Amino acid sequence: MSIRLESGPVVVGRAVSTGAASPSPASPETAPVIFDIKGLNVYYRDFHAVADTDLDIHRNEITALIGPSGCGKSTVLRCFNRMNDLIDGARVEGRVLYHGIDLYGPAVDAVEVRRRIGMVFQKPNPFPKSVYENIVFGPKVAGWKGNLDDLVEESLRRAALWDEVKDKLDGSALDLSGGQQQRLCIARAIATSPDVVLMDEPCSALDPIATYRIESLMRELKEQYTIVVVTHNMQQAARVSDRTAFFSVDVGEEGQRTGRLVEYDATDQVFTAPSLKETEDYITGRFG
Amino acid sequence: MLDTSASLDLSGDPRRLRRERNVRWLFLSAAVFTILVSIAIVLSLVGEAVAFLQSIAAEIDEGLGALIADGWFPRRDRFDLRTIIWHTLAVSIIAMAVATPLGLGAAVYLSEYAKAGVRRVLKPVLEILAGIPSVVLGYFALRFITPDILRNIWDTTQQSNLMAAGIGVGILIIPLVSSVSEDAMQAVPRDLREASYGLGAKKWHTSMRVVFPAALSGIVAALILGLSRAIGETMVVAIVAGATGGSLLQLNPLNGGQTMTGAMASLAIGSDQVAGGVAAFQSLFFVGLLLFLMTLVLNIGSERLVRRFRQRY
Ligand SMILES: Nc1ncnc2c1ncn2[C@@H]1O[C@H](COP(=O)(O)OP(=O)(O)OP(=O)(O)O)[C@@H](O)[C@H]1O
Ligand SMILES: [Mg+2]
Repeated sequence: MSIRLESGPVVVGRAVSTGAASPSPASPETAPVIFDIKGLNVYYRDFHAVADTDLDIHRNEITALIGPSGCGKSTVLRCFNRMNDLIDGARVEGRVLYHGIDLYGPAVDAVEVRRRIGMVFQKPNPFPKSVYENIVFGPKVAGWKGNLDDLVEESLRRAALWDEVKDKLDGSALDLSGGQQQRLCIARAIATSPDVVLMDEPCSALDPIATYRIESLMRELKEQYTIVVVTHNMQQAARVSDRTAFFSVDVGEEGQRTGRLVEYDATDQVFTAPSLKETEDYITGRFG
Repeated sequence: MLDTSASLDLSGDPRRLRRERNVRWLFLSAAVFTILVSIAIVLSLVGEAVAFLQSIAAEIDEGLGALIADGWFPRRDRFDLRTIIWHTLAVSIIAMAVATPLGLGAAVYLSEYAKAGVRRVLKPVLEILAGIPSVVLGYFALRFITPDILRNIWDTTQQSNLMAAGIGVGILIIPLVSSVSEDAMQAVPRDLREASYGLGAKKWHTSMRVVFPAALSGIVAALILGLSRAIGETMVVAIVAGATGGSLLQLNPLNGGQTMTGAMASLAIGSDQVAGGVAAFQSLFFVGLLLFLMTLVLNIGSERLVRRFRQRY
């Protein structure tokens, strides 16, 4: 697979970059690596937020990032699509290889990166525009030419939202319920045909039913996309993910708290036989 | 059964209650005083304006026809309202043509493009610009904009002209327009920007398609504030557009012409000039009332517009 991330005219094709959707779930051993992260260190000005993290993300899998609050899960996730660029004083060191290209390399344009690597945030954040406008925003700014009506329907169907909103496409997205808004944000993210979808606690503002719907949606989406999800919900990580990365916090001499990846394995392994006592305590609800 | 036997006093400390009442009175009287002053101003304007209409109806041959005459020459009993209203509009349109792109451009730059450090320096600088006395800007327009810029483009430009006045007023209101609209853009939640960038939008698209529409009600308010300020601005137009007492209707902005505020200022300067006629002095109040009504309509209209453009987020 060849990928260009330099800025310049890019044809965002619907058929490209959805990856090879294998009908059977990819087994953790064989799925190809699409993110290869080595020696990741993230700083907010002088504050060392994440230290020395190595992590592989495999195609067509769901990878869960778990760990106590403030351990840097969101920070790591935001390195995958260079969202940290938007934060004044944020600095990323180390290598974030995406299909072999260093995302923080000199010739890489963050805009191109984000067109391939979409993001869903903790709080649903639809634009204060119509449902329709929300979906077509990404493809339009990417200069995509094609049938927008079809794109809207297809994206909403894939996000399991079509039946609920097909009569209110021109209504404001803010009139939808929280769970509907979050699915709209997912639909909006997949409308640009990304390769990867990053989700930062996508269900934390939702009730159990909406959560359940989004989880089943994630399982369907991984046939086509690669998903990295941050979650505080251990059951959710156990239910949906193929691999789980557990982050923890080192407290330094002056009380500075630096996050670090301490355990990373197939989800079954992490949840049934964690190699560290710390991980076990965390996932069973006993905190250090 | 209700137990009323316990002696429970919930009446509160009388000293504290008195203090609270006094404070309430203090603020109430401040509010009432402000309203009374405003009413007094409007009433005096209305009274003098009516007196003006009565005196031209009684003393001038054309009667109220003097309000549509050949130019604005109050001391010669020619009070053509079209002249001064058009000149005011011309100056305001030119001012808005200058201040809208520059003010909004500066606001978008400061809010969306500038790094935090740059912003910390530039914002106060812009606010200092807002503090330049308009009389200084007037002389700047007179000594620099007219001879060095306008005359180089159009050599027929008169020494006093509406164009330079409009540009001067435009510069004067840039800080107002940019700072109010920048505040509106800053108030747009970070979430929406992240949503946009997360979808692969460039800064340009994020600014124009997400931040700008979400801030539109504030931006409209900024422009209308700027426009009312432009209509009411006096010093620059008095110095630059036509310090002469009166003028004919000028369709060409490169010529000088009297505006509403300019007319009022020149009527008020020097009592001997005003001595020309009772009506001339009273016309000042009539024009003042017109100005007041214009800005009132603008403000009411802006309130409506702002509500219409308000985007929930
Ligand atoms: N914009 C920022 N500026 C400065 N420090 C930040 C910023 N964002 C995060 N941090 C710090 O970086 C550390 C990691 O934050 P991060 O948001 O990645 O944690 P998290 O694991 O996602 O926590 P949570 O589970 O509560 O969302 C925290 O100590 C936080 O205070
Ligand atoms: Mg987080």
